[in-house]
Amino acid sequence: MKKLSARRRHPLAALVVLLFALAITGGLYAAFAPAEKAQADSSAQSLAIEQGKRLFAVGCSSCHGLNGEGTPSGPSLVGVGSAAVDFQVGTGRMPAQQPGAQIPKKKNIYSQSDIDQMAAFVASLGPGPVTPTSEQYTSTETDAIAKGGDLFRTNCAQCHNFAGAGGALTQGKYAPSLDGVSAKHIFEAMQTGPQSMPQFPESTMPEKQKQEIVAFVRYQADEAPNPGGLTLGSLGPVTEGLFGWIFGLGVLIAVAIWVAAHTTKAKKS
Amino acid sequence: MSHDNISDDKLPEAHDASEGHGHLAVADDPFADPGLPAHEPRRTDIDERAAKRAERQVSGMFILSMLATVGFIASYASINPDKLVYIFPLGHVSALNFALGMTLAVALFCIGAGAVHWARTLMSDVEMPAERHPIEADDEVRADVIQQFKTGAAESGFGRRKMIRNTLIGSMAMVPLSGVVLLRDLGPLPEKKLDSTDWSEATPSAPIRLVNMNTDEPMKAEDIVVGSLTFAKPGPSALRPNGLQDSDEDFQEAIAKDALMLIRIQPEDLKDEKSAALGFEGVLCYSKICTHVGCPISLYEQQTHHALCPCHQSTFDLSDGARVIFGPAGHPLPQLKISTDSDGYLVATQDFTVPVGPSFWERSA
Ligand code: FES
Repeated sequence: MKKLSARRRHPLAALVVLLFALAITGGLYAAFAPAEKAQADSSAQSLAIEQGKRLFAVGCSSCHGLNGEGTPSGPSLVGVGSAAVDFQVGTGRMPAQQPGAQIPKKKNIYSQSDIDQMAAFVASLGPGPVTPTSEQYTSTETDAIAKGGDLFRTNCAQCHNFAGAGGALTQGKYAPSLDGVSAKHIFEAMQTGPQSMPQFPESTMPEKQKQEIVAFVRYQADEAPNPGGLTLGSLGPVTEGLFGWIFGLGVLIAVAIWVAAHTTKAKKS
Repeated sequence: MSHDNISDDKLPEAHDASEGHGHLAVADDPFADPGLPAHEPRRTDIDERAAKRAERQVSGMFILSMLATVGFIASYASINPDKLVYIFPLGHVSALNFALGMTLAVALFCIGAGAVHWARTLMSDVEMPAERHPIEADDEVRADVIQQFKTGAAESGFGRRKMIRNTLIGSMAMVPLSGVVLLRDLGPLPEKKLDSTDWSEATPSAPIRLVNMNTDEPMKAEDIVVGSLTFAKPGPSALRPNGLQDSDEDFQEAIAKDALMLIRIQPEDLKDEKSAALGFEGVLCYSKICTHVGCPISLYEQQTHHALCPCHQSTFDLSDGARVIFGPAGHPLPQLKISTDSDGYLVATQDFTVPVGPSFWERSA
C-alpha cells in the first residue's frame, strides 16, 4: 500500500486509473448486457406484462396489493389466471365500484388490449386458467344445444334459473341473468368460478361440455321458442303472480262494476 | 245493454206509490226521506217468453260449463304433453297447457256468467231496505231471516225453474272433477320406498363408485378442487351393472334419491369433526335433495360454503355438517360416507344413515 500511495503522483498514475475505470465499466456492461439483450428481443408478451403491471398499479392495486398478493379488501390474484381477469374486467365487475355482498356487472371501461395486458400480468404471478380462444368455446357439433341443455339443467339451472334468467342467493348475493352474456365470458365463468359461483374445472367438466353449455345458453337467450306463451321474464311465480293480481283482479273488478252498473229495464217505447 | 222498449199493453199499470216505493217528498220539508225510486220491471218480469229465453240462456251456460269440464278431462287424457302448436298472439305453446287452461277457464267462467245472467234477468230485483239491527238477533229476527231466505229462494225461481237448478247442480258438481283428476298425479303413499337409496347396495367388500353426472366417469379425490361443485350418481353395482343410466326405466325415481353433490373444503375450514370424518381429505359428499319438501338444491356459494334451496330458501352450512342455518328445512342434509377403492376412485361403502329428502308419514329417523 505504501508503494502504491508513494506512486500516486507518478505520471502514469492517471493512465492506470483510467484503465481501471474502463475495466470496471466493461465488466459491469458484461454483467448487465445479457439481461438487457433478453428484454430487447423479448416478445410482445413481456411488454404486455410490463404494460399490464402499470395498468394494474392504477386500477387494481389498491385492493389486490401492488403485486397482486391480496389485502384485507381484495383477494390474492396469484394463480387466478388470465381467464379470471378477462372475465372480471371484461364484464365491468372489476375494478369494483364499492365493496358489498356482490360486485355487480357494469359498463366495462377498458379496451380489450388493456384487459389482455392486465391478464398477462396476473397470469405471470402464477399458473391458472388461460383466456380461452374462440375455438375453445364454440362447439361445432350439431347436437351441442341438446346436450348443453342437459348439462345446464344439472349444473347451472339451480342458480341461474331454467331459462338462464338468474336468481337470488343468500344475503343480497344473486346469480346474474345470462341473457346477453358473451360466449367467452360464460366459458370463463365456468373455468374460474367468479365470486360465489363454484368453478367447473377440466377434471369434472371437460372443455367440450363447457362448449355445449355455452351453445345452449346462447340458443336459449337468442332463439328458443317458448312453450308457455308469454314469458313474463321467465321468472316464475313472481311476475306471474304480479300479472295475476294486477290484470286478473283488475279485469274481475271492472267486470263486477260493469255488471252492477247496468240493469235492463222495460221502458215505454 | 240498453233499456228494452216494450209496447204499452205489456207494461203493468202506471207505477203507484204502494209498498214504500215512489213517495213524493213533501214540498215544505227539504230533508224528507225521498224513499226508493219507483221499481221498474224488466222485460223478463212481464214477458214470459223473454223469461223462458233467459232461462234457456242460463242453462245453456251451465251446460257449456259441463262440456268444458268434459273437454278438460278429455284433453288431459288424450293430448301429448310434448305437442307444440302455434297460436296467434302467444306464439308456439304447449297444446296440452293451452287446452287445459282454456277448458277450465270456460268451465268456471260459464258458471259465473250463468249465475250473473240469472240474477240480472230472472231473480227478483225489487229493492228492499233492511233496518239495522243489534248484532245478536232475537227469535223474531231469526224467524224473519228464515222467512226471507225462503222468500229469496222462492223469488230466485230455484224451485220453479227446474232446468236452471238441475244444470247448476250438474256443473257445480262436475267442476271439482278437474282437481280430482290432477290429484291422481300425486300417486300412492311411499311406504318403505323412501327409507333407502341405491347406495344401500354398497358394502365395504362391494363398494359403489361415485360417477360424475356430466361425464359418466368415476372420479378421484384430486378431481374435486376447492371451490368446485360436482354432481354424482351411483356407478356399477350388482343390481345395476352399468350404473344408474338416463335410459333406466326408473331413472327419475332413483335419481330423486341417489343424487349427490361433492365439494371440497380446506380441512382447516371444516367446523364439524363428524362431518369431516365422513368425507375424504376434505371432499364432502351430501345428498342433493332438500329436507324440506325435496327440491334438488345446490345453489352452492363457494366462498361461504352455504347451499341454498331455490324453493323456500332453506340454507345449509356445508362446512358444518350441512346444519340448517335458515329456512323451513327440518334437518341437515344427509351426508354420504366416502372413501377410495384400490384404484383410487371415490366410493361409498354404505347407504346414508338417515332417509334422504323430506319427512314423510312412515319416516323412521
Ligand atoms: S324444498 Fe327446500 S326449502 Fe322447501
